[in-house]
Amino acid sequence: MSKLTLSRRTFVVGASTAGAGLAISILSGCGGSSNDKPATSVPDTPTRSPSPTRTRSTRFDNPEVNAWVHVGVDDVVTIRIARSEMGQGTLTGLAQLVAEELECDWSKVVTEYPTPGENLKRDRVWGSFATGGSQGIRGSYEYVLEGGAAARMMLIEAAAKAWGVPVGECTAANSTITHNPSGQTVTFGAVADEAAKVAPPIDIKLKKQSEWKIVGQPVLRLDSEDKITGKQKFGADLYFDGMLNASILACPIRNGKLKKFNANKVKDMPGVKYVIKVDDTSVAVVAETWWQANKALSELPVEWEGGDKFSSTEFEKELDEGLAADQAFPGNGAGDLKKAFEEAERLVVSSYNMPFQNHAPMEPMNATAIWHKSRAGESCEVWCPTQNGEAAHAALVATSGLKTEQCEVHKVHLGGGFGRRGMSDYVSQVVNIVRQIPNTHIKLLWSREEDMRQGYFHPITKARLQGTLNGRGHLTGIKMRISGQSILSALMPQALINGIDFATFQGLLPSGIDPRVEDQTLKYDFPAFLFDHAMRNPPVRPGFWRGVNANQNAIYLECFMDELAKAAGRDPLEFRLAHLKKSPKLAAVLRAVAKESGWGKRDGLSRGLCCFYSFGSYTAACAEVTVDQSGQLKMHRIVAATDCGTAVNPQQIEAQIQGSFVYGLSAMLYGENTFENGEVQEENFNTFNSMRIADMPKVKTILMPSGGFWGGVGEPTIAVAAPAVMNGIYAATGIPVRKLPIKGRNLRKA
Amino acid sequence: MARIRVNGKRQNVDADDETPLLWVLREQLQLTGTKYGCGINECGACTVHIDGLPVRSCMYPIGSISEDVEITTIEGLSENGDHPVQQVWKELDVPQCGYCQPGMIMAVAGLLNNTPTPTDDDIDAEITNICRCGTFVRVREGIHKAAKLNKGA
Repeated sequence: MSKLTLSRRTFVVGASTAGAGLAISILSGCGGSSNDKPATSVPDTPTRSPSPTRTRSTRFDNPEVNAWVHVGVDDVVTIRIARSEMGQGTLTGLAQLVAEELECDWSKVVTEYPTPGENLKRDRVWGSFATGGSQGIRGSYEYVLEGGAAARMMLIEAAAKAWGVPVGECTAANSTITHNPSGQTVTFGAVADEAAKVAPPIDIKLKKQSEWKIVGQPVLRLDSEDKITGKQKFGADLYFDGMLNASILACPIRNGKLKKFNANKVKDMPGVKYVIKVDDTSVAVVAETWWQANKALSELPVEWEGGDKFSSTEFEKELDEGLAADQAFPGNGAGDLKKAFEEAERLVVSSYNMPFQNHAPMEPMNATAIWHKSRAGESCEVWCPTQNGEAAHAALVATSGLKTEQCEVHKVHLGGGFGRRGMSDYVSQVVNIVRQIPNTHIKLLWSREEDMRQGYFHPITKARLQGTLNGRGHLTGIKMRISGQSILSALMPQALINGIDFATFQGLLPSGIDPRVEDQTLKYDFPAFLFDHAMRNPPVRPGFWRGVNANQNAIYLECFMDELAKAAGRDPLEFRLAHLKKSPKLAAVLRAVAKESGWGKRDGLSRGLCCFYSFGSYTAACAEVTVDQSGQLKMHRIVAATDCGTAVNPQQIEAQIQGSFVYGLSAMLYGENTFENGEVQEENFNTFNSMRIADMPKVKTILMPSGGFWGGVGEPTIAVAAPAVMNGIYAATGIPVRKLPIKGRNLRKA
Repeated sequence: MARIRVNGKRQNVDADDETPLLWVLREQLQLTGTKYGCGINECGACTVHIDGLPVRSCMYPIGSISEDVEITTIEGLSENGDHPVQQVWKELDVPQCGYCQPGMIMAVAGLLNNTPTPTDDDIDAEITNICRCGTFVRVREGIHKAAKLNKGA
């Protein structure tokens, strides 16, 4: 037992003096901006944004109605989307919200990304571009709805003016404005030009949710077609006339530096144009094609210096030491735990782990840039798939040393992000390359091996849990010691509070203390408990990895709940529900999956439960599994339930839930990066495997939004994926799964 | 200089013999629907057809490919993006980020060429593409649907 006892007051004081945006910016995985909302002032010069994601309308002959909406004379409605689309469906969901209030014809909607440079010029009219923390919709729905409503009001006012009738006599529906007394109509496109001149409304009333026609509907995504035909351009696919291609090699040893390289050895290889030092840690080959650049890079003699000869096997000892250390940062606790331990009839102890893991999006990191240099002056443009356009822009400004207005970033669709593309290291690299080779477009694409080596890895932690039971099998106390890596101490040390990384306690935090972390709080009601963190930081940069710290916290707590239930001789469902009396919403999703799965059924399947609250959503899963005599797992089906409060696009929420199982279960089955001599040992998918369709269980999704709040969708289900299956394995074998990843080991052996 | 036949057209390609077909398609012919994901025959993002068989284009040096074979990429799978697999993919909204999907669609179309009515076991054995977003549930559903569509059911 730790001698430290949690002072709830310490937490309150600490949290209340925290810097801005603990919840939003920390768990967004993008850091970036503390102010998530757009500026309230509306600029008076309408502009047109470049880089449309779709180009169905070429009729940009009208000015924009407002920042969110452009209507062409052909009635094509272009909706501006500030957040990034990386597969999670936010692009379509946000367009649904704007279209709902705009009252436009959904079949005529296309979207485009405004640029970060333009956002700055326009006093951040589109708010935050950061796309993480499952915030895409829940973090912007209000002002996006208002943007659509304001545009509708301006269009109606323009029509009313033209007709010389009172605004109150006109209504809009399906991209058409009707003067109700006379019945005359006009389309949006015909009045958009005049609407742009109307003063933006100040008093905006939004529809009731019961009046929604587009929001809440399972409409198809707006971006599927090009993805099916191969026409969709990802960052890796960009091409400009005269463009050169770069492949890069950064020091593979943690925190090491570039010492020297011998360019002469490769400079005459086919297509090679330049062999250049990019920064203190990396070298790049620039060639006509990327294949030529990468081939030459693979033959380039390079020497490195310094760095940490870090070994993850050795680091295990530090983690184990942390599990038993006297001192640890308290994160949450209540009740008299000392008494619970003194009076315990039975003590249950277990430990679990979460290894380092690369994000491994299918499209490796990349960015394309050009440094314009002439007598007229200098400027730099970058095209990149990024989860945070504004952070990419800031990285461009900082690296180039140019002025903000000389820099522009164009966002491109992402071939997966998962938190990795909230970072901008590849942007800085490409800027350092084009600075040396001006007036030429250069595309920097990382090899898969580079992408694997230079990750911002899922933090490594272990946890030790102790639970006390009384003579009646009631849980009287629970203590969780987390030992290991802090994301914030590496990436955002300013967000630590008295040295504590509260993000470590995601999903375990106290409720009612700070509204900024209310979406990541513990829902169980335990008579006495303490969760603390012995921070042990390896020299490996951690990152926000889809689901972030909820992933392992759910494993730790929820697998232990099953071990406790078994020790108490109680049913895991009933055991959980006994502590969920104060959270009817979490109890509801848990009951729903148990019922749908047939909890308690004797049909040869073993079942495992899990429930968790994170990113503002209540999630639960019931896994149906078997483990054969050789200890091999088969996942047959998973029943999943989500209460995200408000459902914008049910079929896309379903897709996110299905996909979350792939991400979470890939981690459970295979996900692990190890380090020896400071170098990542797994450099490609042959050693860092990912789930295939043969591993994939059926997924039954129960979407049960209960209204009144907006929860996240892209991440919360990941937390329940692994623990539900691990508990199913425990039910099948009687042996708890305490070591991840499973990697095909015999699960019938302890 | 290599001569290959891609999507029904003969192409003269200026690339070293060892250049993988993947990079010839992407960089010489600007057929960027075929994606780079791993370069080592693991992920399937680069899947194309050679004479109707799904293959991983990262593994074929251009010098090893006969000019008599027909290479089909996602751009050439159908004229209007309406191959049965593409139709079903659209109907079910299969893609998420979409990066792996051209390879996935080519793998599925190839499977259906050889096995018009695949069982779940056939799918497990033949479709080994990686999708990190996790579209597998809809991919499986889509394969069965496309098989029915092919039969005119």
